[in-house]
Amino acid sequence: MSAFRQSVEAMIPALRRYARALARDMDAADDLVQDTLVRALRSERLFLGGDIRSWLYTILTNLNKNRRRSLARRPHFMPLQDDNPDASGTEAEGRDIERALATLVEEQRAVLLLVVLEGMSYREVADIQGVPIGTVMSRLARARAHVRAVIEGERPTLRRVK
Amino acid sequence: MMTDPTIPVTEDELHAYVDNELPAERRGDVERWLATHPAEAERVESWRSMAEALHARYDSVVNEPVPPRLDLDQLDRRPRRWIIGAIAASVAAFAVGNATGWVAHGAASSPSLLQNLTGEALDAHRLYVVEVRHPVEVPGEEKAHLQQWLTRRCGRTVQAPELEATGLKLVGGRLLPGPTGPASFLMYESASGERFTVYATKAGIEAAQMRYVAEGNTSALAWAERGVSYVVSGSSDRTRLTQVARLVYDQSERVGG
Repeated sequence: MSAFRQSVEAMIPALRRYARALARDMDAADDLVQDTLVRALRSERLFLGGDIRSWLYTILTNLNKNRRRSLARRPHFMPLQDDNPDASGTEAEGRDIERALATLVEEQRAVLLLVVLEGMSYREVADIQGVPIGTVMSRLARARAHVRAVIEGERPTLRRVK
Repeated sequence: MMTDPTIPVTEDELHAYVDNELPAERRGDVERWLATHPAEAERVESWRSMAEALHARYDSVVNEPVPPRLDLDQLDRRPRRWIIGAIAASVAAFAVGNATGWVAHGAASSPSLLQNLTGEALDAHRLYVVEVRHPVEVPGEEKAHLQQWLTRRCGRTVQAPELEATGLKLVGGRLLPGPTGPASFLMYESASGERFTVYATKAGIEAAQMRYVAEGNTSALAWAERGVSYVVSGSSDRTRLTQVARLVYDQSERVGG
């Protein structure tokens, strides 16, 4: 196996984590990873060196943007899990963060996940999203403020569940 | 580089501080500043617990076995469509457990296909529930004939479930074009005129866990079992909808599709 393929393969678990949090649906997430890998393998000869990790995250982030565009007309599934009394504290916390992520706009969710979950630098995220660092920082600040508000219920309108 | 500790700490610096992007020489300033600004300190703390919650929720994904469809050698050889089919076939192991497990768990497969046909079922629901004179092709009084006809046209046993337990009476049914073949469409009505529909079709999904979708004042529950996909649409009251879907589900289990 080539060094290129080895580097790509080593990234699969982390890409799956990012995709899962980004797409919030296991199958859709693995679809994203799969499409990312197919695209990466196809572009092996076009890859002229550099950071494979950032490159893969860039492909995945862009694919997700396209996916969301094509999903716009489809009904959006929601988990049927509101009141599970058996959920442990950690599970409930996991659901809270999941729900809060779901209310973020796309670019903000990606920034928050890339920085906090994937440990990317602001510079790397700016490159992945193709925007200035200032934009990354304001997206991050808005994402954090929004998630905090949802979790702490500072905005009752967002917490109302039909 | 020296920094001036009297320069007020900015929002950007607080984030950079939490994300370890702040120049080392400025960290001390920020820490001293936070010590005298409890509200800001609390905000910074909430960002840290947010990070912990994210890791607690998603880090386990890294340790999951990588599914075969992400194997690089396979990806070289096969286009994705084939692989999706193989996955749909492989989740036949989906088992419905006890009463608590029936909606929450189980393997999900091809969510996009299920999503597409849920969209179709919701369209049909909205189109026909408002009909006063012609809501169905075959009325509920001719139930035996209706079942026979739909069974023949859909190529699987179609039985109209009994939903009397939830106060719903069969209005009747019709045949609809589904995304991959004919679909059976049954309508039920309560004494107060509230209508529910049951859409079912063979759509190439072997099994899929139950999903919920709400659009305006209509909502639906969709799932697939033994090759048949079901969408129960009705009121936006989730508890009521779940009750109805549960009955449909239990009876489709017994009929076997």
